[in-house]
Amino acid sequence: MSAYSRGVQGLDSGQLLLICAAGLLTVAGIANTAAVGLAEPQVAIGFGALIAAGELARLTMPGNREVAPISTAAALGYALLLDVGGVPATHSALQVVAVLAVGMIAGGLPHLAVGRAPRLDAIARRLLSGSLLAFAFRPLADVLRPGPGQAWWVALGVMVVLVALMLAADVVIASMLRAEQVRTAFGVAIRDETRMAAPLGAAVAASGILLALASHSMDMTALLAFAAPLLVTQVAFRKYAGIRATYLQTIRALARVTEVGGYVEPGHSRRVSRLAVAIGRDLGMAEPELLELEYAALMHDIGQLSLSDPIPGGATVLTDQAQARRIAELGAEVIRKTGVLGRVAEIVRRQCDGLDEHPPTASRIIKAANAYDDLVSGSTDRDRAAAALERLRLDGGNEYDPEVVKAMANVVDRLAPVNRL
Amino acid sequence: MAALRELPWPAKVYFVLLLGAAGVLLARSASAYDRLDWSSLLVLALLFLVCESVPTLLSVRQAAVSVSFSAALAAVVLVGPQAAALVAATAVLSVRPGLPMVKRLFNGAQFAVCAYVAGLAFQWAGGRVGLPEMGDFPALILPYGAATAVFVGSNVVLTGLILALAEGVGKRQVPVRNVVQFLVSYCGYATFGLLIAGLWATVQSISAVLVLLPLFVARWAFGQYHAQQRSYEATIAALCQAVETKDYYTRGHCTRVSSASSMIAEEIGMGTERLTAIRYAGMLHDVGKLGVPTKVLQKEGTLTEEEFAAIQLHPMRGLEIVRGIDFLDEAFAGIMHHHEKYDGRGYPMGLAGMEIPEFARIIAVADAFDSMTSDRSYRKAKPISEAVAELHKGAGTQFDPAMVAAFVRALDREGWEPPPSVSAPADLALETTAKDHDDPTAPIQVVSER
Repeated sequence: MSAYSRGVQGLDSGQLLLICAAGLLTVAGIANTAAVGLAEPQVAIGFGALIAAGELARLTMPGNREVAPISTAAALGYALLLDVGGVPATHSALQVVAVLAVGMIAGGLPHLAVGRAPRLDAIARRLLSGSLLAFAFRPLADVLRPGPGQAWWVALGVMVVLVALMLAADVVIASMLRAEQVRTAFGVAIRDETRMAAPLGAAVAASGILLALASHSMDMTALLAFAAPLLVTQVAFRKYAGIRATYLQTIRALARVTEVGGYVEPGHSRRVSRLAVAIGRDLGMAEPELLELEYAALMHDIGQLSLSDPIPGGATVLTDQAQARRIAELGAEVIRKTGVLGRVAEIVRRQCDGLDEHPPTASRIIKAANAYDDLVSGSTDRDRAAAALERLRLDGGNEYDPEVVKAMANVVDRLAPVNRL
Repeated sequence: MAALRELPWPAKVYFVLLLGAAGVLLARSASAYDRLDWSSLLVLALLFLVCESVPTLLSVRQAAVSVSFSAALAAVVLVGPQAAALVAATAVLSVRPGLPMVKRLFNGAQFAVCAYVAGLAFQWAGGRVGLPEMGDFPALILPYGAATAVFVGSNVVLTGLILALAEGVGKRQVPVRNVVQFLVSYCGYATFGLLIAGLWATVQSISAVLVLLPLFVARWAFGQYHAQQRSYEATIAALCQAVETKDYYTRGHCTRVSSASSMIAEEIGMGTERLTAIRYAGMLHDVGKLGVPTKVLQKEGTLTEEEFAAIQLHPMRGLEIVRGIDFLDEAFAGIMHHHEKYDGRGYPMGLAGMEIPEFARIIAVADAFDSMTSDRSYRKAKPISEAVAELHKGAGTQFDPAMVAAFVRALDREGWEPPPSVSAPADLALETTAKDHDDPTAPIQVVSER
């Protein structure tokens, strides 16, 4: 119960709207199917089972995006189904909705049983996009179904176009949710979501169409045979998502080394990185840049490890310029040794540059966020926050970028509850 | 297998024989070519070439499996053994840069023979060559399975033979796990061939695109995964070294403990996932050392109890730092308990014998060994033989005898590259410590204040 209520409170209005729409659709689909009866029950059960299996094997991609490729492909396949081994598939769009909903719920239950709460918004999105396709395609199914000996090109063409439209709609929905959730511009969200969704979307679309076509010549064996290519894809993406998550966690963890060593105040790196990422989002940075910014912000003090003894208090805004620059150089040197985080090293190296040296935006953000945290140091006192912002503003564009300081003023209020943790 | 003339003569004979066999086979099938569906053949050959040019889809290290195999099997079903051999022979033309002509010829001949034999097996098992009609499908599965088995079998034999002849029998011992992995991926790819053949009647070559698109996406994702993993390992190593910069003499310690730990783990037969975990645990085992004040690390002579307590705390500090990372729990246990002793006199918990987690028992051996074979400010590095003798001496009291034995076996086989000798840095007082908490031959002296 408590997990559920927390889940609902954590949702914003867009997500709630989406979940309500999906809920209504589910009720309508199941009620309608119950009233008119299930057309081709065996086929419905087969696809439903595949959807459930796909939901069971859902995975979380970078950026906390939940996907279930096998489930989505099966949903596409069922929506696009023309015939099974020569027997026409006559199910309605509402039956597709019902099968999707039941399959998704069945696949989500084992997760729930082991205490992993469902991401209602992600499930609702999958249900809605599958239903959209079904409503667009099912009415055309009778017209498009080729007779014996007829070519499949027209049906295939329509399938490809509709699936592409569906994926585009899905990206738009995802971007609207994302924009609201992390407060980024809609245009930036569209770019980020497209970049994330494109490879997996292509694989899922191909598999879904393949499934619909394969059911024609292979009967229900298609359900098993088709899963092979997508299973490989799923394994690959799971591994990729896993290492991305571990990477970020490791940097976050190792950034704390400076705190344990007494070089900086506890929580400093984490607070600076949170503030920096929020500012970067406000300034319209895209996800790959934000990731670099986050890494750089987490490790901005790593150069202090090369000093044999901590600077008392660790507040770099109060230490002299030469010392701060040396720390930045040393830190960049450490990061450059990885051989792969060259741009992150550059951001760290230039974090002390004045505006006349034209440092990259990420460096300006870190400089301002670092100074702010040194002045406020985790306190949630509003007066102190306002005073710190005022002090950065008074600098008048010598050290701190006025744009960055403006963005900081926008986000500081919003982050306040997080800082209290 | 490099240039032809570098091969031993049995390999040369075999190579020529195989090439001849493939040539005869293709020539004899010429009679079958005039009733062929050339457009299907062309599309299949193109498909085969594309797949052959992007091999190692699943990056099984020992054996580069390529998806081309599924295209050849689809050809077996669609156009029959003779034409399938022709399709497979196009492997000669694959656009892989740096592939020597000898290898190309060998691959082409080898694939042609395999495809032909697989085609015969397909027909022998009752398969009908040609476009599968609707409803044919269940009858197709058994012959297709036979064709797959024969293809894989002859492929393994033909390639295995040349490797054995070229490099000497028995030199390449492929572990069982890899063979299983290899066979599983083969079966997976076989399914793709079946899908391509099954869909050919409906949408012809588009079926290949639909089947292969997810595979190419998977390949891309695997590529991303490997790139991320390499980048991750480089990053973690660099950051651990940054932690070590505090002490001039222990540079590279984490990387060496990591590799020694994985040597032991491999020797006792750990699986891939646990091997990865212990590599990371070995790398991170001392991150907590940063919480120990520099003056304690640099203090000459005996330590007070309070100072020794600070040192004893470092595994807990390390755990505290890395706890947020999604590792196997075993990795955490390894970091937390790497200073426990087998007789129960270690820290932080005083665990003994098998109470000490396996990872920790491994890291303890690797840690002490690297410490002894590296220079320290108070002594020069010991030779490997002497360090091994120390490990044997500590087996049963400080170390788990099984782990010491495993490490010694691994050392004998793989050898060990001790770190280069370090000359004392100019600014000695700043950058060195007067003792090493990892060194079993120089235990830390503690005086009681009471």
